[in-house]
This record gives sequence, structure tokens and C-alpha cells, in this order.
Amino acid sequence: MTDGAEHYEAVVVGCGPGGAAAAARLADHGVETLVLERGTEAGSKNVSGGLLYAEDSAPYTLEDLFDGVREEATERPVTDYYIHNVAGNSVKTYDLGDLHEHDTDWCDAVLRRQLDSWLEKRVHEKTSEVGGGVLTNVRVNGLLREDGEIVGVTCDELDPITADLIVAADGVNSELARDAGLMDWEEPDEWFQGVKAVVDMDPDAIDDRFDIGPNEGAAHLFSGDLFEDVRGGGFLYTNEDSLSIGTVFHLDSLVEREAEPHELLDALLTHPLLAGWFKNEYREREYAAKLVPDSKKVAHREPYRDRLVLVGDAAGQMQAQGPIIKGMNHAVTAGALAADAFAVTRGNADPEAAGRRYAKLLEDSGTMDKLRPRRYELTRTVGEHDAVTNAVERVLESRLGSLAVGNPIADRLLQRAYNSPFLVSMLPDTETGYVSLPTLIAEEHGKTIYWENEIEPPTLAERIGDLTYDTDVGNPHIELRDQSAAASGAAVSACPVSARDFGGGCYRTEAVKTNGTEETLVSLDTQPCVECGTCAVVADTEWEHPRGGKGVEYREG
Amino acid sequence: MRSIVLTKGVPDFSEGAVSFDEDGHLERGKTPTVMNPNDELALEAALQTKVRHGGHVSGISMGPPGYADVLQDAMASVYTDDSYLLSDRELAASDTWATAITLSAGLEKYDEEVADVDIVFAGFKTADGETGQTGPQTCWALDWPIVTHVVALDIDPEERTLRAKRLVEGDVDEIETVEVPLPCFVVTDPEFEPTYRTASHRLTHKELRAETEERAAEHDDHLTTWDHTDLNLDPDYIGLDGSPTIVSSVDPIPKASSDREATMLDPEDGMGEVLEEMQPYAAEAGE
Repeated sequence: MTDGAEHYEAVVVGCGPGGAAAAARLADHGVETLVLERGTEAGSKNVSGGLLYAEDSAPYTLEDLFDGVREEATERPVTDYYIHNVAGNSVKTYDLGDLHEHDTDWCDAVLRRQLDSWLEKRVHEKTSEVGGGVLTNVRVNGLLREDGEIVGVTCDELDPITADLIVAADGVNSELARDAGLMDWEEPDEWFQGVKAVVDMDPDAIDDRFDIGPNEGAAHLFSGDLFEDVRGGGFLYTNEDSLSIGTVFHLDSLVEREAEPHELLDALLTHPLLAGWFKNEYREREYAAKLVPDSKKVAHREPYRDRLVLVGDAAGQMQAQGPIIKGMNHAVTAGALAADAFAVTRGNADPEAAGRRYAKLLEDSGTMDKLRPRRYELTRTVGEHDAVTNAVERVLESRLGSLAVGNPIADRLLQRAYNSPFLVSMLPDTETGYVSLPTLIAEEHGKTIYWENEIEPPTLAERIGDLTYDTDVGNPHIELRDQSAAASGAAVSACPVSARDFGGGCYRTEAVKTNGTEETLVSLDTQPCVECGTCAVVADTEWEHPRGGKGVEYREG
Repeated sequence: MRSIVLTKGVPDFSEGAVSFDEDGHLERGKTPTVMNPNDELALEAALQTKVRHGGHVSGISMGPPGYADVLQDAMASVYTDDSYLLSDRELAASDTWATAITLSAGLEKYDEEVADVDIVFAGFKTADGETGQTGPQTCWALDWPIVTHVVALDIDPEERTLRAKRLVEGDVDEIETVEVPLPCFVVTDPEFEPTYRTASHRLTHKELRAETEERAAEHDDHLTTWDHTDLNLDPDYIGLDGSPTIVSSVDPIPKASSDREATMLDPEDGMGEVLEEMQPYAAEAGE
């Protein structure tokens, strides 16, 4: 099967920050590197919140690897950082500046089409010099094996390619990680789902309304009772001439509450708190969605098999703890470390030498402990136990709880607690942290907001209509294996481009009468799909990415 | 491999660009000239040859000096290494015969003075004349083998042969494979699709595309113009004097009526009405 196959020393799958970092570093080491990207341009398939961090403690930052990236490809640096605890119209705001600045060299808002396409050009320049390059519109669809051992990749568009190192930086829905049996799509509680709107705003209006200078930026987080008790929160980041506003929820909680992601986003967009920023003007450039792995649970401690290494979301390397959301920076570190691991083990007869070295570098550099903090693992068993959650919830609901959280000393302590990286890393992932506590804080300490927010976000149909698709007609990339409501019904609400009583989305239910009995069946049309992967987790599907260049094309990302 | 691509400027028939007068005659002055759309596939075939086997691609066109823009477009939009424009007042008003005589003279001069030619590529029909004659007539004048309606091709540089898949009678359901010796003349079918199945071919393709766009920005530096004296052609056998075709008159094609009848249907019971309307036709089809 591998006879006559083309060979490259390294093949990197995906040209996001993780793949770009790996490829750039491999090229620095003189390794002949081929990068395969399924988008029509890097970034056209990518979405993030998105804040890109550069940590003081990290061995690599994106700027270390790509000179000029901040000047040319990122948006505003975050200089102001706040969290808003919301209870109805009552809001209590804490300054999270200290937490934000902890271990932070710099942090910029980014839009992924802009960032990743810029990286792609630099990566192509670098890798071309060592006999490789970047190819777009190529979808890697699986691993090439010889005698059961991974030796390369197979593609929709190209003949099989063998390589000494295969870097799977193919994102949260990594087909390579699944093919290798290193990741799965089984448990909703291992995932978050994020949806985001990029909203047009004049740069001067941003400076004025957020009270920042032209080279400054603001980040705002939102938690409390504005999301129908679904566990999660909202964010708003300022770009050069737009805002990124989104919501991120635990997927299991979304499914349990049968909440509609786009409606939760609208709940944030239409909250009175945002009225002062919008001034009743709202033009949405793009609606986007993405699945986010919860690194606390799924970051792979040994993200390799044979010649394959996993990097970034593909390895579950997405840190989300309370208000801290860091993904791209860890992918950059991981990509560069994987490249370094290969460089030092180059020529080693053992195919797993690079992988083992990579895992050790992740551990030794402290990256793995950020992704899977030991403190969290120790406290989780107690903190996320239902009985404990219920007991804490009852205390918070009681007069005693209001007294404890509501006194002036508590107010100061709470701000400090929110700003403590140590305490935040122990925050249990329960309703308490996301909903009950913020709501109580807002009730006890909050100020009531009397602004009227009169903006009308687009409908889901309009949002889908505004997206760009190159549909692979007659070749759907997702197949529904089980049409029953029990197996796949959750997708109708959880899918960010579907909704109950909406016929224009991916998933819908139909009442089908057979032999006098009526049955509710789920049906699927992949045309509006944004390739987030939600349905792969919550429904029974055969899920693949579309062929190279096909499917949704994000302009902002 | 040394390839030459024949290309022609045609009126831009795309909506919004094309302009007709009241009698339905094309207004050439008001309609921009663009590269004949089918020629893009001939260029793609030449680029595929260069990606796979290396070599050189030249674009050749016959027409007024403004056709240099068409050759520049060919360089920028697909690929050529350089351009040759056969341009001269004596060549004006040529029909397909006089054009073929001129083009073949240009190809012979190229073959003798520039480099030995392996393959000449032409697109299927031009969007204005739609005769499909110029390519084959040019080839006849050269006395080379010709393969038309080519949808895929493969070259063996050692054996100096070209193997092509072609549509028989232009029908996509009937494909035959033919082999011809080089040099030869290839007319690409609108169904032609270049294929690049290896990463190294795609990387070369990407490199060549970047290079040709850069080169096209300085097109004048890569353009050679030949007139009839350069080609050693007798004015009696070229241009209007050398064209046996006589255009007696031009009839505009009558426009299809734009009258449509639209009926708004109630979605509840509208389908019933539609079905009723269709019933007679369904019965007819069933017989």
C-alpha cells in the first residue's frame, strides 16, 4: 500500500496556530515539511473566541515563532478585563485585571481568518525553503498504516503520503486522533460549545464606548441568570473595527436543558448591559460555532501513537477554567514542542521516540499541568459530586448564604477570589460557579441597569443565509445512523444551526405515520452545517469533514 | 516539453458587460474584450504539462495591439512563460482560413527560431465565432497529428508520445483513448480537468502560479510582436484579401418571450392544484 507513495520527512495536518507553530519550528530545524489544510485558505474553517495569550511561563509564544504577527495579524491587545455577575437587570462588575495579567506577557483579540491566513503565508515561505510547503483545499481523511503501524496519511484529493512524523493539528474534530483511537466523541460532559457573533463597529466608536485608546482593548465576561440556568457564560472582546460577542456552555448542560444556542447568544446580545455599547445599532458580520474540548477532562497525557503526534484541540489542549479560556497559546506551545521532540530524535529507529519525547516536554514545561491541573483533579471528586453541589446550592439560597456573600467584606474577598489563579483552577464545574453564585452576587451587590436594549439580532435563517458555503452537492459529510428521537433528537436544539420548529437548519423532527402509529423521526440536511461537531457527540452519526475546500467558509472566524 | 497555447480575445458576453444595439447587433466599442473562456482549459492543459514534465509555455494570439492584454490575462490567470502577438493592419478582417494561415506561419517561425515545439494547445471554439475551425485548420497547415475533445492527457517524454482521453462525437458518455506521436496539436474539450494527485505536483503548481502572476505584472518585458513581414507572408493571402468567407448578412436571434404567468398558491391546498394541472401530462407520459 505504501509502495511508490510520496514521502515527506514531516506532514502537518491543519494550518491553525498549532499546525503553523509545528511547521515553522520543523522548518527551523531543517525538516522537509508538508502542511495540508482543508480550507480554501487557512482560517476559513477556524473559529475561536478569541483571545490569544502569550504566557511568561510558556516555552514558546506565537510572536517568538512569527515575527510581526501582532502588528500584522492580530486585533487589539486586552488592556481592560471585567466580569459581570448578572441577576435580571442587576449587575455586579468585578475587575479581573489581576487574574488576566497573571503570567501574561501579552494577550490580543484575534479573528481567525485574518490570523491564520497570515500564518499560512509565513509557513509556506518557511517550509518552501526546506523542500515542502503549504497546500490548501486538501482534506486528510485518515491514517496510512503498514503492518498495523501508522506510517502516513490518506487524503481525499491526493495519493497516500508517507512521513517520519505526522502532526495532527486538525482541530477539535480531528479525524486522525479518532482514527488512531486516541480521542472519541462519546461524552457530552467533556465538551463545551461556543457560538459567536462578529459585530461591526467603527474603531472610534469602540474607543469611545469602551473608554479605551486606539491601541487598547477590552474583554468582558458575563455570568449569572441570563442563560436559562445553562452552565456557561458569555464574552465580549474588542477587535480593530468589530466586536466578538459569544457564549460558551457545557454541552451536557445544553442538552439537558434543551436550550437553543442561538437564543442564549441573543439573550446576551439583548441584555440591557450591552445597550450602552451598541447605542441601538447592530450589524452582525458573521455567526459562528465551535466545539471546545475541556482539557481538564480530555487533554491527552500521551498524545501520540507510532509516528503520529496530536497538537492543540486535536489533543484536547484547551484550558477552560472559570473565567480563564486559553487554547491557541497551548496549541502553539505544543506544536513547537512536537517539532523540537522530532528534531532531537530524528533518525531514531523507534517510531515512537518523537512522541514520547513530546509528551515529556509537555510535562516538563508545565504545559500539561496547566491543561490538567492536579489541584482540579484532587478537588473535582468532592466539588462536582451532586450531593456537595446541592448542599452548597441550598446554603447559597438560604438567608445565611445571602448574608455570607452579601456583606461588604465578602464583596472584596470575592473580587480577590475571582482574581486568584489558584482558586480559579479549583472551581468545580457545577451550576454553583456559573449561575448561582454570580446571580447571588448580583442580587446582593449589583446595581440595577435601566438602559433599554432595542437591538434585534438576525434570525437563525438570516444568520445561515449570510454564511458562505461551497456545498458538496450529493456528497453529504454527515450521515445520520439512527433517526429515532431518543438517539438523535438532542441535535435539533443543541446544533447551533438548527432549532425546534425551524425547517431551514441541519436537524429537524418529523412526525411519521406508519401502520396507524405515529413516530417522531429526526432528519438531517447538511447544507447549513458549520462543522462544529456537536451532533457527532449528541446524536448517532457517521461524522466526517467535507472534502477540501467544501462546506462553510468563515470570513471572520 | 515546449508548449504553445493559442488564445483569442472575444467580446465579454457575461451579463452586465456585453452591450447590444437596438437591432440586436453586438456593440464592439462598448463591450470589453476578454480572453476566450474555453482557452483557459488549453492553458490549464499546458500548465499541467509543465508541472509534470517541466519545460516552457508560450501564449500566441493574432489580433490588434490591444490583444496584448488578452495574452497578459492568459499569463496572470493560468500560466505562460512569455507571449507572442501576431499583429499588423494587413491582418485585419481575417476569417478562420486567413487566421489559420497566419497562426501556422507564426508557429513555424517559433519552431525554427525560438525552440522546437512539442505540443500546441487550443481551446474548443471561440465565444464569438463559434466555428471551431481555426485550430484544426492551423494544424492542417502544419501537417501535424491533431487530437480534439481532449478531457485528460498523459505524456511519455521518453517515447515522445501523448496519450489522450477524448470524447467521441463530443459525448461525455463515450470516451476513447488515443495515442499520437509528438509534436502534435491538442484541442481541449470544455470538460477537460487538470489533475494533480501528488503533493509535489501541487506544490510546483502553486509555485508556478505565484511566479506567473508576478511576471504578468511586467507583461511588456515578456511580449514579442511579429508583423506580416516578420512572418514572411504575402498580403494577398492574409487579412481580408486572404479570407474566402463572405458574410452576406447577420440575423439577430429572436429573444425568448419574457412573459410569464405567476399564480400565488396557498401552501395548504396549493399542491392539489399543481397536481391537477400536471395530471394530463402525467397520463400522457404513462402511455
